[in-house]
Amino acid sequence: MLVHLINGISLGSIYAIIALGYTMVYGIAKMLNFAHGDVIMIGGYVAFFAMSEGAGLPAPLALLLAIIVCTILGITIERLAYKPLRSATSLAVLITAIGMSYFLQNSALLLWGANPKAFPDMFKNAEAIEFFGAKISPVALVAIFANIVIMVILTLFTTRTKVGKAMRAVSEDKGAATLMGINVNFTISLTFAIGSGLAAVAGVLLCSAYPTLMPTTGSLPGIKAFTAAVFGGIGSIPGAMIGGILLGVIEILARAYISSELADAIVFGVLIVVLIFRPTGLLGKQIHEKV
Amino acid sequence: MKKFSKASTASKKAFLNYGIVIAFFVIFQSLVSTGNITSALKGQLIPIACYMIMAVSLNLVVGISGELSLGHAGFMSVGAFTAVIVSSAMAGSSDKGSLIVSIIVGALIAAIAGFLIGIPVLRLNGDYLAIVTLAFGEIIKNILNCLYVGIDEKGVHFAFNNPAALAMSAEGKVIINGPMGAVGIRKISTFAAAIILLLIILIIIQNLVNSRTGRAIMAIRDNRIAAESMGLSPMKYKMLAFTVSAAMAGAAGAVYALNYSTLVPKKFDFNTSILVLVFVVLGGIGNMTGSLLAAGVLVVLPELLRKFSDYRMLVYAIVLILVMLVTNNEKLKGKIDTFFKKLRMKISKGGRK
Repeated sequence: MLVHLINGISLGSIYAIIALGYTMVYGIAKMLNFAHGDVIMIGGYVAFFAMSEGAGLPAPLALLLAIIVCTILGITIERLAYKPLRSATSLAVLITAIGMSYFLQNSALLLWGANPKAFPDMFKNAEAIEFFGAKISPVALVAIFANIVIMVILTLFTTRTKVGKAMRAVSEDKGAATLMGINVNFTISLTFAIGSGLAAVAGVLLCSAYPTLMPTTGSLPGIKAFTAAVFGGIGSIPGAMIGGILLGVIEILARAYISSELADAIVFGVLIVVLIFRPTGLLGKQIHEKV
Repeated sequence: MKKFSKASTASKKAFLNYGIVIAFFVIFQSLVSTGNITSALKGQLIPIACYMIMAVSLNLVVGISGELSLGHAGFMSVGAFTAVIVSSAMAGSSDKGSLIVSIIVGALIAAIAGFLIGIPVLRLNGDYLAIVTLAFGEIIKNILNCLYVGIDEKGVHFAFNNPAALAMSAEGKVIINGPMGAVGIRKISTFAAAIILLLIILIIIQNLVNSRTGRAIMAIRDNRIAAESMGLSPMKYKMLAFTVSAAMAGAAGAVYALNYSTLVPKKFDFNTSILVLVFVVLGGIGNMTGSLLAAGVLVVLPELLRKFSDYRMLVYAIVLILVMLVTNNEKLKGKIDTFFKKLRMKISKGGRK
């Protein structure tokens, strides 16, 4: 039971890190960035090739490289595909994001082939740790630790720094933020950069925990993390964390005790039940309609 | 007087749709009978008609009712697997009879699924509604992945998540085998049947949209609060559109399934829902003619690009992004317009010289 719980929290931490990318972008640009899951996959591939025999970089450098590549990728995607559609309908932006997701997946397919790659074990030397009689893999611990660190830094960033406050202001009211002298375009780009950098971290963690890497690796975790973001209340940073962890725990427990075939159905079922009773997610803000 | 002219433009549009469908049928049927068609394209004819039905039925939800649904393929799969079971159970009957009954039962079961799913879904708004339809699409796929159905002389046996529970006699055969999907499906769909179904569905949509009910649905889409204060029940009308659309998707799924000998639940995943949504958006939201054309062109396009097999999905993605950018960005639109104007002027000047 304890093992499943901790594995669940670890998987949930990875979901939470991905969900942060969704939730921040949604909060600020009011768009569902469907390409986010594929940025995760790109991050995984970059780290994979950095650590492969040709390059042979140590794991921390590979992670750093993945973060840099994904951040640049995120900003480029935003500039090329989403920025021109800032005033378009949300459906148009959604379809563009889906197109971008197809584009990234098929580029990866062409560049690196459809065969799954075995992601190298980053923690070869570390041993599983005993915790009240339960064996816990080092990846699980690193994921949980990374999630906590990221969450603390992001919370401090959005509440204490000027840029972070600008970010919150833009997500609250774009027009008013512009009037207050905030550079809205820069703020949105920055959000994409942070989200994509986090996607790289999540990609490396995900591939370390489940070491098969394919062009479609990012899609299902992407959808689930997105569900986690909605679950916690989209647009809310603590919501993404709670949603992600709950989702991970539910998934692992369902897989262990009910049925591995039905685990995904149970995860989505819980989401639906939560949304029926709290239509804006666990920590989402209730928006009152004005006539 | 005004009312009459309005009605006539609406019916003109409807006849344009019927005309397109009939022309599509006549052209391709004559190509098939004269043997002037590649076998790959011939095999795509029924799926094209099915995707056209999917596109117009999703357009009813997205365009007319104004709700973004990301799980439309789920209803298609409900119809598809229902039709597989019904047609196998009717193994002794004629092909035509089995096909008609399969389509009707498939549509009915999909409508029931649509109604049940609509109860929680339609309470939500906007992006939340979209994500819940996505979730239901995935749930349907997962449940079908656990479904085992067998048939023997005693009748149809069902089992869930445990193939051993089928408890069939020695002569029985398994028709739906969990994640392996349906096997040994009766291939009884015909192109003509698919086209007739498409025409019937277009007539239903046309009459629904131009009725009192249709106007109520659109009024709720345009301003829910105003419509509510006029005494319209949003839940009732949204549910109506959602259920009808689900039934149509179920019918499309039935025809689609009975065109193949094997079928896996994975065929109707999130990507299929998105594919149909792309038809609707590229064809123009709320525009049935656009949906028909977009579905036709976009199903055939990857086939035509088969020469560049490795690059075709990449090209598809780029085309999708570019079309969205060009049609939705004012600046880009303006630039392209002026470019064409200049081009035209240059051509006309060149002609004068």
